[in-house]
Amino acid sequence: MKSVLKAAVAALMIGVASPALADIKIGSTVSETGPASSLGDPEAKTLRMLVDEINAAGGVLGEKIELVSYDDAGDPNKARTFATRLIEDDEVVAIVGGSTTATTMSIMQVVADAEIPFISLAGALEIVDPVQPWTFKTPHTDRMACGKIFENMKAGGLTKIGLISGSDGFGASMRKHCVDIAGDYGIEILADEIYGPTDADMTPQLTNLRSKEGVQAILNAGFGQGPAIVTRNYGQLGIKTPLYQSHGVASKAFIELAGPASNGVKIPGTAILIADQLSQDDPQYAVVTAYRKIYEEKAGSPASTFGGYAHDALRLLVDAINRAGAAEPQAIRDAIEQTKGFVGVTGAFNMSATDHLGLDLSAFRMLEIKDGNWVLLQ
Amino acid sequence: MRLSSKHLTLLILLAIVALAPLAFPSNFYYRIGALAFVNGLAVTGLVILIGFAGQVSLGHAGFAGIGAYTCALAPIYLGLHPALAMLLGTVISAGIAWLIGGPILRLKGYYLGVATLGFGILVSMVLANEVPITGGADGREVPELGLRAALKFIGIDLSNAQFWYAFTALFLLGGAWVASNLHDSAAGRALRALHDSEIAAGTVGVDVARYKLSAFVLSAVYASLSGSLLALMNKFITPDVAGFLHSVELVTMTVLGGAGSVPGAIAGATLLTLLPQALTALQAYEHMILGLIMMLVMIFMRDGLVPTLSRALRGRG
Repeated sequence: MKSVLKAAVAALMIGVASPALADIKIGSTVSETGPASSLGDPEAKTLRMLVDEINAAGGVLGEKIELVSYDDAGDPNKARTFATRLIEDDEVVAIVGGSTTATTMSIMQVVADAEIPFISLAGALEIVDPVQPWTFKTPHTDRMACGKIFENMKAGGLTKIGLISGSDGFGASMRKHCVDIAGDYGIEILADEIYGPTDADMTPQLTNLRSKEGVQAILNAGFGQGPAIVTRNYGQLGIKTPLYQSHGVASKAFIELAGPASNGVKIPGTAILIADQLSQDDPQYAVVTAYRKIYEEKAGSPASTFGGYAHDALRLLVDAINRAGAAEPQAIRDAIEQTKGFVGVTGAFNMSATDHLGLDLSAFRMLEIKDGNWVLLQ
Repeated sequence: MRLSSKHLTLLILLAIVALAPLAFPSNFYYRIGALAFVNGLAVTGLVILIGFAGQVSLGHAGFAGIGAYTCALAPIYLGLHPALAMLLGTVISAGIAWLIGGPILRLKGYYLGVATLGFGILVSMVLANEVPITGGADGREVPELGLRAALKFIGIDLSNAQFWYAFTALFLLGGAWVASNLHDSAAGRALRALHDSEIAAGTVGVDVARYKLSAFVLSAVYASLSGSLLALMNKFITPDVAGFLHSVELVTMTVLGGAGSVPGAIAGATLLTLLPQALTALQAYEHMILGLIMMLVMIFMRDGLVPTLSRALRGRG
C-alpha cells in the first residue's frame, strides 16, 4: 500500500509541475465543458487553431507562442484558481478567457492584483464600465444592440414602440439598457411587457402591445426559446407592426423554432452570420472569410459568434505584442489600450484609456430573416 | 507523558500545514492549499454528521451558500464588518439547521438524502433568482476582510495567498480539534451508538432525536464557515457555492477519505482538490480518472483511504 501511495504522490508532483519553458506564454481559461460550453468550446478550439497558425507562420517577434489552456467548466471558483495558476505557476504574460460574466469577474481580481493584461470573452457592460486598467473585452454589449436597433427604427420613422422582454438575466439586462438609452435616440417606449423564461405562450403580452394605440414597432429582448414563441404568437395574432429581435437569437435554431412567422424579423447580428453576403470591399470581408474557412476546415462545424470573440482577443493580443516589441505585461497592456482601427471578426476595435471594449455600433449589422435565411440590410 | 492518538493526529496535521510551504515553488500552491483547507473544514463537519451520527446529507452546500452570501450581503445591507458577518452566517445556518433538522431527521436512508437534497436546491434557487439582492447567476462581489492589512500594520507582511493559507489553516485545525474532542466525549459515544443502531441507542437511554439534531446543526456551522471563508478569500461569489454539485463533491470527499475519521476527511478534501489540478495535462480523461480512483477506493478500501491505510500500517508494526 505504501508504494501505491508513493507512486500516487509522484504522479501528483509530475502533474502539478509546470511544462517545459517556451518563448511567449499566453494563458487561457474558458468554459469548455459545463453549462456554458456552447460558448467555451468554439472559443477554446479557435484559440488552439489560431496559435498553431501563428506559429506556423513564424510566431510573434520571431518567437513561438505557447498557449497554456485550462477548462474552468463555467465555475467562477475554478476560474480564479486557474487564473492564479496561469500567473503564478505558468508565468504567462497575458490571459484570454472568462467565457461567462461570472468567471470573468473572478479572473478580473486576480489579474488586477498581479498586473497581467486580460482580455475577457464575456458580454456584460460591467466588465469594462468602470474601466479596470488590466481588463479588456471583445464581445459587444446588449446596450450596443439596443442602440443599433433604435438607430434602424429611427431611420425607418418608427419612434413609438412596444417592448417585450424575458425575465431571465439576458432579457432583464437588455431591457434595462434599452429603457436607459431609448431617449437618446428619440424613441418612446409606450408599453413594457415581461414574460418568464419558461413561459409557453406570450399571446396575452402581445395582445396588450397590439391594442396599445400608437405602437409602431415591437422589440423583443430575450434569449433561448422565449423569442421563438414570441415570434410564433406574433404570426398567429397577425400583428402588422414590424418585429425586432435581439442578438440573443442569432442562430439557425431560432429560425427553425419560430417557423414561417420569422419572415421579416429584424435582428442586430455580426458579420460572421452573413459572411458569404459581405461585399469584397467590406473592411471585415478578408478577416471574416479567413476565420470562417480555417474554423470550418479544422473544427468541422460552422463558425459562431463566440469563436469570433476568441479570435479577436488573440489577434488583438498578438497585434499588441508586435507593436510593444516586447512580451512584457506592462508593455502589452499599454499597447492593447492604444489599439486603433484593428479589424476583427466582431468589428473594428479602437481602444483608449476610457474605453476597454473599443467597438462602436458598426460592429452590428442589421439582418432580416427571409425564407429561413439571414439577409443583410443595406 | 504519552501523547494520545488524538493529539498525535493534530500535531501531525499542524506539522504538515506548517512545513508544506517549504516545498511550494510558487504562490499558486498556497491557493490550492487554502482551497483544500476550506473544503476540509466543510468535510470535517460532514464527518460528524455522516461518520459519527450516520446521517446522510446531500444539501450541505446550502449552508455553505448561506455562509457565503451572508458575508457578501450583511456588510452592505446591515453595515456589519465581514468578520461579524461570518459569525452571523453561522448563527443563521445553525438556526435554519435547527428548524428544518427536527422534521427531516425523522426520515431515514434515501428519504433523508432526498429531503436534504431538496433543501440545498432550494437555497441555490433562491440565490440564483433573487437577482436584485443576490446578483443572480452572475454572482456578486464580497467585501475585503481587512485582516491582512491589519497584520501588515503590526509588521507581519504576507502575500494574499499566504495570508489565506494561514487563515484557513487556523479554522481547519480548530475544526479538527473540536471534532476529535467530540469523537471521544460522551456525546460522541452517543452519536456513534445511534449510528450503529438507533433502537439500541434509544434503549440504553440516548436521546436519539436530540443527538441527531445537534450533529446536524454542528455540521451546518462547519459548512457555513467554509462558505464564508471561500467568499472572503475569492472576494466574489456565485450561487454555484450552494449548488447540488458542490454538495455531492463534499460528500464524495468525506467518503473517499474515510467517513468516520477526521484526518480522513482532510485527506479526502486535499486529494479531490489537488487531483483536478494535477490532471489538467490529461484534460479529456480527467473525469474518467477521478471516477476510476473513486471506484477503486470504494472497492478495495471500503472504510476510506485513511482508516484503511492506518490499519494496514498498524497491522505491520
